[in-house]
Formats: sequence, structure tokens, C-alpha cells
Amino acid sequence: MEIRKASLICTLICTQLSLAAAAWADDPRAKAISMIKADFSAQGSAGVDRLEQDGLQAVCTRSGNKPPPAIARRLEQDQQAGIRYPADGKFLGDWRSGEKIAQSGSGYTWTDPPGVPAGGNCYNCHRLAPQELSFGSLGPALTGYGKTFGNTTEVQKYVYGKIYNAKASHLCSIMPRFGHVGALNEQQIKDLVALLLDPASPVNQ
Amino acid sequence: MKRTVLFCAAIILAAIALATSSTAGAKDAATAEFEKFRDVLEEDNPAELFEMKGEELWKTKRGPKQVSLEQCDLGLGPGVVRGAYVAMPRYFADVGRVMDAERRIVHCMVSLQGFKPEEIARQPFSNASQTPEQTALVTYVAGQSRNMKFAIPMNQPGMRETYEIGKAVAAYRAGPYDFSCSSCHGDDGKRIRMQELANISSPEGAAKSVQGWPGYRMTGGVMLTLQWRMNDCFRQQRFPAPNYLSDTITALITYLSANAEGSLYKGPGIKR
Repeated sequence: MEIRKASLICTLICTQLSLAAAAWADDPRAKAISMIKADFSAQGSAGVDRLEQDGLQAVCTRSGNKPPPAIARRLEQDQQAGIRYPADGKFLGDWRSGEKIAQSGSGYTWTDPPGVPAGGNCYNCHRLAPQELSFGSLGPALTGYGKTFGNTTEVQKYVYGKIYNAKASHLCSIMPRFGHVGALNEQQIKDLVALLLDPASPVNQ
Repeated sequence: MKRTVLFCAAIILAAIALATSSTAGAKDAATAEFEKFRDVLEEDNPAELFEMKGEELWKTKRGPKQVSLEQCDLGLGPGVVRGAYVAMPRYFADVGRVMDAERRIVHCMVSLQGFKPEEIARQPFSNASQTPEQTALVTYVAGQSRNMKFAIPMNQPGMRETYEIGKAVAAYRAGPYDFSCSSCHGDDGKRIRMQELANISSPEGAAKSVQGWPGYRMTGGVMLTLQWRMNDCFRQQRFPAPNYLSDTITALITYLSANAEGSLYKGPGIKR
């Protein structure tokens, strides 16, 4: 435990040092960062605080999304440790509501009205229910997911964690950390788990 | 007259094709139909109207100083418009910096004609009721490079560095969804929903990303520039708003345009 803590601290210090080095260095990345910080203004709900990178974003940017495996593993564990699973131990919500969340791409842009809940953006990148033919291809197709992997508690928990924070298993994944940043709440994530795993969901027909 | 009728018919047919696209089969058909109509529309692109408006604005004595833009130097000498668009961004010695086409045109409006930058920036992009003058001017200038190849002068001072900064901007991940430009535009053959995404790191993808801008967008019926395209990408990236004509956007446009080097620019385009 102590060793793990020590190595965690070490990783954090290393990350901070490498970030500091980037800021000092007279390289295009450092110049890009100071340019970006000078060139954006808050609009709607999008404040300039969003320009600040967290450790994960900085490590992924700096490494071209290919961090050294040891650092990736350690930071993935940090992300994993931040996942809050449902207190009631139940992961499966309502797939009908999940389908609506999956369809919605709204949220977090400067034109989104404040107070409107963010959508899951799922169909933007994934194929899900086979009857929805307008689907993106940035992520893998998930049609038949529950039929393929089953609907056990372990699979439910895995899917819940993946939606909550995809970076816990792939540090530099392009998939947002929906639960981690508070874009989706516990019930919404449960509903999406149901969309993927419930045998009655159109995804598994 | 004949062209107008043809154009209207094409718009209506395209609208029907789009409106009936409730399934992907139909959407694929709609995409195919749109491609067909795009060919027709490119013959009669409403962008031409903005080119004409821009040409008139270019040649008219305007602004507090009551001069035309005919002494504006777009990099090929004062008043030379032909071929200038496909050779920007470039380094401008008079200001000691790299500028893209829209930025340079606005610079001329300010320095030659005496317009106030803050007034120009008040409404930088077209909306349903108004097209900014600089949008029409950019469209005119772009039209004067139709069927010419992108030839960005990368050997000029500051160009290589600006390119590298633009590349780093494209890779910069931040915001609530951890997105960079490259999250969506870093690989071949990807889509958001049915929208194909250009891989800006490849010559073909970069060419796609700058091709057709400035463009007439049928949705909303507005003329929009590459500056607008960059702005709206950052909106969808969940970033705050880039300031109009900022260094960051110039750097990104330099990165895209230089990657598109050698590709044929077909002139102001038409977008869905």
C-alpha cells in the first residue's frame, strides 16, 4: 500500500515536472498553449477555465496519445479509483430512457441553453440499435453487445464504469468521461447500461 | 433567368431529398442526391452573388478615409487579387506577422479605409439577416483563385513555426470532453452520425477541410468563411469561443492549408 502511494506521488511529481518543462521550453507546444490561453473568451456556459488541461489531458497531448505503458497504467488506476458505482448495487436502468439519452448530442457547447441536461452523444460515434441508421464511426459498433457479452453483474459493472470513465481502461481514449465530469448522472448511466445489456433492448434484437 | 429557375428547382429537389431522409437508407440516398445536385448547384452557386457583392465592395471608395481596397496588398503586390487566396496564409512584412485571407482583408479595411476593428468584430459571421462585408470580400478574393493550386509560401519568415504551432493547437486536448481537433479529425474514414470527417493530418483530408470554403450553406442560407468553420469546430469541441482573427485560428488555417499544398482549389463552394 505504502509502495503504491509512494509511486503514485512519484508519478504525480513526474507529471508536474514534465508539464513545467513544457512551459519553459521554447517549443511549438508551449507557444500553442500560451496562444490558446490568450485567444479565447468565455461564451455561454463555456468558460476559459476549460482551456486548462488536467494531468491526463496534458499527458495524452504531450505523448501524442501514446503515454509510456507504466505511466498509463498508473494514471488509469487513478481514474478507476474515482469511479463512483451506484450505492444500491444495481446497474441496470430503463433502456427506453437510455435510447433517448443515447440519441441526444446536446450539452456543454456555448450555444446550449443552461440547465438543459447533457445528452449521451452515443450515436454520434457508435452504432447501437440496428434500426437507427444515422450513427457515427469514431467508436466501435455496439449492436448486439448484450447478446455477445451477456447480462451478468460483472458485465453490467464493467459497462457502467466504461461510460462513467472510459479513461480508466484506455488512458487516452477519445471517449469523454461522462460520469467523471458530471455530464451524466447515476440514473442516466444506468439507463445506458440497460440500452446495451437488457435483453429487451433494441440493441440486442 | 434560366439559371435561376434551374437553381430553384435544384434547391427544392434537394430539400425534398433531405426532408424524406428518415432512415439511413434514405439518408444514403439523400447524400447521393445531394452530391448530384451539388454538381448542378456548383454551376449556379449562390456564392457567386457574394463574389459579385464582394467585388463591388472591393472597388468602391468606402470607410472614413473614402478609399477602395484596390491598394490592398494580399501578398502578391498592391491590388493583385488573382491567385492571392491560394497563397495565404503568408507572412506580411508590413505587419511582421502571418495572416490568413480574412484577417488580411480586415487588416486592409482597417489600415486603408479606416474602419474600426471592434466594429468589424461585432458581427464577424453571417446570420439569417446579415452578411458581414468582409465575408463578401473574402468570397470575391477566393473566387479569384478558382481552379488554382494551393501554394502556401512556407519558406517565408515565421511560416514554419506558425505551421508547427497550428499542429500543436490541433493536438491540444482540453475541456469537459477531453477533445482536441484530432480527436475527430485525426483518422481516415470516420464519421459523426452521417457526417464524414476529414483527416486533417493527411494531404487529402486537409484538402477536403479547406475545399469549398468560403461556402454557401443551404441550411440557413448563409455565406460562411473558413474563419467561421474553425470557430464552430471549437464550439463543438466544447471549448470557449476563439477570438475573431486570432493567432490561434491563423495557425490552424496555416496547418490545414499547408497540408493541402498542391491540391486544386475549386473556388467558393456550397455546403449542405
